Amino acid sequence: MEGAALSRGDCMIRITRKIEFSAAHFYHNPNFSAEENRRVFGKCNNPHGHGHNYVLEVTIAGEPDPTTGMVLDLKELKNILQTEVMERMDHRHLNYEVPELAGQIPTCENIAAVIWALLEPKIKSGKLDRVRLYESPELFVDVSAGNGARA
Amino acid sequence: MNISLTRRYRFAASHRLHTAKLSEAENKRVYGKCSNPYGHGHNYVLEVTVTGPVDAATGMIANLGELDPFVQREVIEPFDQKFLNEEVAEFREQVATTENVCREIFRRLKGFPQAKLERVRIEETSKNSFEIEADVDALDEVAA
Repeated sequence: MEGAALSRGDCMIRITRKIEFSAAHFYHNPNFSAEENRRVFGKCNNPHGHGHNYVLEVTIAGEPDPTTGMVLDLKELKNILQTEVMERMDHRHLNYEVPELAGQIPTCENIAAVIWALLEPKIKSGKLDRVRLYESPELFVDVSAGNGARA
Repeated sequence: MNISLTRRYRFAASHRLHTAKLSEAENKRVYGKCSNPYGHGHNYVLEVTVTGPVDAATGMIANLGELDPFVQREVIEPFDQKFLNEEVAEFREQVATTENVCREIFRRLKGFPQAKLERVRIEETSKNSFEIEADVDALDEVAA
């Protein structure tokens, strides 16, 4: 049987690549009193910090290129994730060593939003569809393209 | 950009799929072994997704210090280690399918004051999952 090659416009495919990085953080807002920091952030306010094994799932959506059959080359995505995420965040202290998070509390929400902003302009084939960041198996944040309104 | 936060919780409960609206034979046919009169149980995994602006002062959509006790009070305490058909009043009237459990949990959690409830997803087993989203919230009123 002839291979039924998909023509453009036939379908949208999503591909997801997963990476893991380990990093330290703590939550502290210098505008809050010590008491308020403890009340709002609980044990995450420990100034010595603590760490997580973050799991990042990056989803790209697009139509497969008719020649290569790929939405994008996974090697290219792997390199982008290495440069933009692993080299910035893996085995780092997120409060002190990641300039993109300066002035922000390094919550899962803010880290995921920074990762979205770093990756979005780098994806040249297909479009960044979703960033899902697990802080633990019990907690994750999803960032996806909206209607232009920043959440 | 849309952003949401999802938290996973667990509870263990028993149920029996059976309705007085059907004959014994029909119950048996529709629900099969799930209709066994003594009931059976599951380790349910509950995923709760909330959305809203990320508070600039805290970096959070919702503080888990508020979400966790809310879910604990509204769902985990009344559902965990219980026989849903008898011990959760809503399931005396409607079949405790996980579709209905999803809908009931959504109803209980949608009043969370600090963020908007977007989705409730339940894994009844590692093979079955059910979810309900905010825009089908109107179905609440159609409860059997």
